[in-house]
Amino acid sequence: MKGEIAVQLNNLRFAWEQEVVLELDRFEVRQGEKLFVGGPSGSGKSSLLSLLSGVAQPTSGSVELLGKNLSSMSDSQRDVFRADHVGYIFQMFNLIPFLSVLENVTLPLRFSNRRSARVSDAKAEGLRLLRHLGMEKFIERRVIDLSVGQQQRVAAARALIGGPEIVLADEPTSALDETNSRAFVDLLFQQCEDTGATLIFVSHDSILAERFDRSYLLGGEES
Amino acid sequence: MSPYSLSVKSMKHRMGSVVITVASLALGVALLLGVERIRNEARYGFTNTISETDLIVGARSGSVSLLLTSIFHIGNVTDNVSWETYQKIKTNPQVAWTIPISLGDSHKGYTVLGTNNGYFKHYKYGQKRMLALAEGEVLADTYDAVLGAEVAESLGYSIGQQIVLAHGSGELSFVEHTENPFTVVGVLKRTGTPIDQTVHVSLEGIEAIHLDFNNGEGHVHHAGCNHASHQKEASSIDAFDALLAGEEEVDLTPSEVTAFLVGMKSRSDAVMLQRAINVHDGEALTAVLPGVALTELWQVVGVVENILFVVSILVLFVSLASMFGALMMSIKERRREIAILRSVGARPRHIVSLVLGEAMLVTLSAIVLGAVLLYAALFALRPLIQERVGMWIEITPPTSTEWTMLGIIFCSGVVIALLPAWRCYRSSLSDGLTIKL
Repeated sequence: MKGEIAVQLNNLRFAWEQEVVLELDRFEVRQGEKLFVGGPSGSGKSSLLSLLSGVAQPTSGSVELLGKNLSSMSDSQRDVFRADHVGYIFQMFNLIPFLSVLENVTLPLRFSNRRSARVSDAKAEGLRLLRHLGMEKFIERRVIDLSVGQQQRVAAARALIGGPEIVLADEPTSALDETNSRAFVDLLFQQCEDTGATLIFVSHDSILAERFDRSYLLGGEES
Repeated sequence: MSPYSLSVKSMKHRMGSVVITVASLALGVALLLGVERIRNEARYGFTNTISETDLIVGARSGSVSLLLTSIFHIGNVTDNVSWETYQKIKTNPQVAWTIPISLGDSHKGYTVLGTNNGYFKHYKYGQKRMLALAEGEVLADTYDAVLGAEVAESLGYSIGQQIVLAHGSGELSFVEHTENPFTVVGVLKRTGTPIDQTVHVSLEGIEAIHLDFNNGEGHVHHAGCNHASHQKEASSIDAFDALLAGEEEVDLTPSEVTAFLVGMKSRSDAVMLQRAINVHDGEALTAVLPGVALTELWQVVGVVENILFVVSILVLFVSLASMFGALMMSIKERRREIAILRSVGARPRHIVSLVLGEAMLVTLSAIVLGAVLLYAALFALRPLIQERVGMWIEITPPTSTEWTMLGIIFCSGVVIALLPAWRCYRSSLSDGLTIKL
């Protein structure tokens, strides 16, 4: 599996309100690769994630995920594609407060037939993921009573459930201290390796970069 | 977990504002339904002031004015029906019963109505409801009086009370028939009709006091009175003397009545008789079908009902506007929730169905709560309404009009949610997955 191209951007240009936010001639991520994307504020990190998840459309150029060109899909096809193949982790506070920890984790299965088909028992799978992330003690707890680090682990479980091929993380450690941040990245790596998911991790925290297979600096050069 | 439960859980999370929205909308619904109920009850009560009577016959006038004088006791009688004509119609083979009505006197501002006991037997109002006595008996003696419920209550009269009738109508009595006090023998149960404000005496009683009156005061014409007795002049003096002497043979047969009610043996003959009376060559008479005249009259006084209706529509409009505001606010609050749902694969249509689902749930619960509120209020207040207004509100399931109204409210709730839902759809597309705080 590893070695195939999971994500490919060609001659990509993304402009927002007449202003070019992102320009990438060539951007490739291999299946199972763990890529760190860094760059200062305004370098287009968020735009890149929006483009990769198919929520935003490039002004020109193409976005290919798992060999499928997102630009040639209809809006709803893109939505289905994203639900099926992409797990998304936010910066912080990204759990839905009125749902339980387990309900938050199993949420993506409700919107994707493909991901739910991979899981025989949603509850059991959610519990398995949470156990792997060291969260088995907090399953009964209300989401708002969790620490930020715990919330982030729940969010990771949610992104990983149903085995999406691509996991996008948008500054998931910015609210964590260094220790928690390291532990979180470790857990995330482990889970991605288990499922063979490709991880694209966007952060301005370049200290984390060295632990990834590769890092890519937006608004600068590739290292 | 269904999308429905997601919506419910989201609403539970925002319980406070949802409850306020539901409550304000429920009040609007209850008010609209309540006004509709009262409107209908008022119209129903009004148009059923008299029922089962097939014709009202009086001297020639307009149908509404005949109705006003004979049933509502409003306005002055200008002309009467002669006793002979009355007898002629009364003995018509198609006629089942008649109730004579003689007006023109009052007691402390309340109308005095001269009639006979046929009144208590045949007069019906509402859904074929008969007059019932709260206490006492019907008329037996010339100087007996049966009071309407309100007369007895507000003047504090009970059985055995002696009352003096005044000549003419209105609070300021012109001349009192002090020589001949009447005795209260009965009090009627409340009907919610003008009967409650009426003092009922026998035709003979009316005749008798006017014999006395003519004798004492001479022949004087009073506004609001057109009693035949005034025209009897000197000839009746002997009769009066005879009356004083307690000789019962005195002829107290009235020479005229103000109007009379007719019940037909067969209802379908009413129109025929009405035509016959209206084109009658002799005495100029008018016969009206009570239902038709009441509806005609209601169109005049019904303006108030329309104003009420408009007010309640405005209230509902305000409640819907507040729901709109609450929905718009909730979407602002829920941007993060929406972005997260989008990130886990929810499509714009899922988000839209969440917003619309919430609007439907809010509207539906408001409708149910509003209806419950209304029924509870009706149930709790109806003895009070009956006592104060004399209107007995029947507790019935919603009418088809009310169902239609509720349907319109529900649809408006959903339509109102379309804009927030559309905005939600737009923003969930353009905001993407980024959460802007």
